[in-house]
Amino acid sequence: MAELTTQGAGRVAVLKPRVFGWVQDYGVYAAVLALLLFNVLFTPHFLDASNFRTQLVQVTPIVIVSLGMALVIGTQGIDLSVGSAMSLAAALVVLYLGYGWLPALIVAVLGGAVVGAVGGALVAYVDVQPIVATLALLVGIRGLANVLVPQLVEFRNPDLIALGSSSVAGIPVIVLIAAALTLVVMFVVRRTTFGRQVVAIGGNRSASELSGLPVKRVLLIVYVISGLLAALAGVLATARLQASDPTSLGLFIELSAITAVVVGGTPLTGGRIRVLSTVMGALLMQLLAATLIKHNLPQSWTQMVQAVIILAAVYATRERATR
Amino acid sequence: MRRTDLEPVLEARGISKRFPGVLALDGVSLALRPGEVHALVGENGAGKSTLIKVFTGVYQPDGGELRHQGQPAAFGTPMDAQRAGISTIYQEVNLVPMMSVARNLLLGREPRGRFGVIDAAAMNGEAERVLAGYGVDTDVRRPLRSLGVGAQQMVALARAVSIDARVVIMDEPTSSLEPREVETLFGVIRRLRDQGIAVMYVSHRLDELYQVCDQVTVLRDGRVAHTGALAGVERLRLISLMLGRDLSEVRSQGTTRFSRDRAGTGTGTGTGTDGGQGRRSPVIEARGLTRRHVLDGVDVSVRPGEVVGLGGLLGAGRTETAKAIVGALPLDGGQVLVAGAPVRTGSTTAAIRAGVSLLPEDRKAEGIIPTLSVRENIALAALPSLGRGGVVSDAKIDRVVEIFMRRLRIKAASPHQLVSELSGGNQQKVLLARWLAVRPKVLLLDEPTRGIDVGAKAEVQALIDELALEGLGVLLISSDLEELVEGADRILVLRDGAVAGELSGDDVTEERIMATIAEQADG
Repeated sequence: MAELTTQGAGRVAVLKPRVFGWVQDYGVYAAVLALLLFNVLFTPHFLDASNFRTQLVQVTPIVIVSLGMALVIGTQGIDLSVGSAMSLAAALVVLYLGYGWLPALIVAVLGGAVVGAVGGALVAYVDVQPIVATLALLVGIRGLANVLVPQLVEFRNPDLIALGSSSVAGIPVIVLIAAALTLVVMFVVRRTTFGRQVVAIGGNRSASELSGLPVKRVLLIVYVISGLLAALAGVLATARLQASDPTSLGLFIELSAITAVVVGGTPLTGGRIRVLSTVMGALLMQLLAATLIKHNLPQSWTQMVQAVIILAAVYATRERATR
Repeated sequence: MRRTDLEPVLEARGISKRFPGVLALDGVSLALRPGEVHALVGENGAGKSTLIKVFTGVYQPDGGELRHQGQPAAFGTPMDAQRAGISTIYQEVNLVPMMSVARNLLLGREPRGRFGVIDAAAMNGEAERVLAGYGVDTDVRRPLRSLGVGAQQMVALARAVSIDARVVIMDEPTSSLEPREVETLFGVIRRLRDQGIAVMYVSHRLDELYQVCDQVTVLRDGRVAHTGALAGVERLRLISLMLGRDLSEVRSQGTTRFSRDRAGTGTGTGTGTDGGQGRRSPVIEARGLTRRHVLDGVDVSVRPGEVVGLGGLLGAGRTETAKAIVGALPLDGGQVLVAGAPVRTGSTTAAIRAGVSLLPEDRKAEGIIPTLSVRENIALAALPSLGRGGVVSDAKIDRVVEIFMRRLRIKAASPHQLVSELSGGNQQKVLLARWLAVRPKVLLLDEPTRGIDVGAKAEVQALIDELALEGLGVLLISSDLEELVEGADRILVLRDGAVAGELSGDDVTEERIMATIAEQADG
């Protein structure tokens, strides 16, 4: 039977040659470029610096969270706890702001790392399914964040506010941070032993175990990284809002992050991680929403178009898997 | 015993079943008569499971005829076969683990009271009564999963029989049973036989076949090698039928690519070729490897430059021994020493660091990483040593990959081609390269030439020779007796998870292996 499917796949590969492979590899880049071009031509004031910056700043938390999500999905896992890790970070950062913005930031990010460590330990050592382990954290950690900071708290720490609103050479600092993190994660995935092990474990866990890879440790670290990045996104979002809002910060961001990863062409079956494409996936969804709103189409239209794009991306990824 | 006058309840006449590239069944004829216990035996790939699936409606035959109670029959679905009274008991019990024992037993036929509500008391009472007949004494209200595997199988069996089964097919039913449970099972089988039910019994445990079966059919390479009364077939002959090595046919002249020079210089005790050195101490020594139902105190040792063969039938514990040595199988007892130093068992990382590597039997499930390239698959196990400070060095990887792709003649469009696109033989070479790249002291090879083409097979065999000459210790597992005899200096024969005998020197022959397998356990 296995041979039958292989033959079928071979035929598909012949019928849909290069073009389809190209779409799979670069489709998301092309889509982003096409949307940009469309906007330059048809959307008034699109190229205004302020508008462009707003778009980038808005998408930054999603980009940072989806970097971690891409790693987790690469191991055949999923991390639903990222939004709650963000809210915990938002709570921790205002609670410790009295010690200065940097200590507060460190505590908040460590909080996210602990959330990731709990999820990762459940997945790696207790063999809980990723979706269940992180679902529990999704519920529990937001509760914890709400206990710590029950309502919206505004703050006046100038350094933290500056982190969220200042720019270097016209580019917002938080966008620069997201770009730097993207490069770091790309480097980790492509060039480090750890990154190659992450991909291998997602591709075939038993083979990785028999090859002597520290499978459990790698899985744990992947979730820690995801929690850490989510917490950092939470701090940056809080800095930009100039207020800590654990009740609603990061709500449903896990879905946006998964969408970015999927649209970027990383298969949910693991074994392959496309970092830059994931960022492009996040940009594509953001740009799409902005474009439709600018052209006076209601929000509901955006959602339907996004659904179509998700399905198209999944279709392309699946074809690749059988190739 | 055989009531040949009776019409077969289920009969295959010249059944063929083809899969792409493989003729799984080739004109197989077999008759099951009421009141007989019919053993179905054969090695891996002989066609046993395909035949069972034809009988149970999972597969449709491509040729031949299936007859049920004298009439031509076609089972389009497993449901059709069940309705015709054919039940199958699989190794893994296929019941609903969370439901109560009684519900499982009577599922779909629960006694109902008024308004169609299930009458729990009546159901439990009936379940207890039925199960008592199968030697299962338990609280039937408990969930099924709280029972032992043996008891669960009895429930499955009782359920099958109570749904008016005329034919019961048992696939390796005793593989996870305690001896006492096996006895109960045999009691039940004999009772089924007396009730006129036909039982097809699939097992690799010869002792069991002789205890409980009347008839036997041996499948080999999709054909019937023998069918008839079991009483007239002696063990040795049964084994030679299964392995396809007719006793008279075995000649010393082989077709494998192993050079006999290496082994030829041996003194009969398995000394390597390092002539002057004489007997070297073992590079690896496993003592008393034990795991319940699987391994029973296996001792294995391999000296540098020696190829030790691991023989035995399927299910004798060969793969499990290899996995235990490399830390991939949790053990209840035993010890592994590499170059005299104990290695932590149950950890592949520790075993690989100590210099022990396993080429697994199942290339697809446990070997290749299909989403990665040839290059990355080769470098996988050696990654920590192919970089600095956790950052991989492309130059180092390229060098290693190039060396092994050339040495093993791996045919790929480029090192960056996906490994899943390669042929089976080339995938196997990629895995060998993965292991050679970590410079092991001992290589455990589990069926290294299965499912690969003839050319690649010869190359792999020649490589095994070469590696041993270089001083590597090799443990070779193979179902191909010829490969085993010609490749190994010394052979350990396993039976039922224990070492049944050790052959060395002139005793390394196919006849001696088969004779060792055939010896009665404990005489």
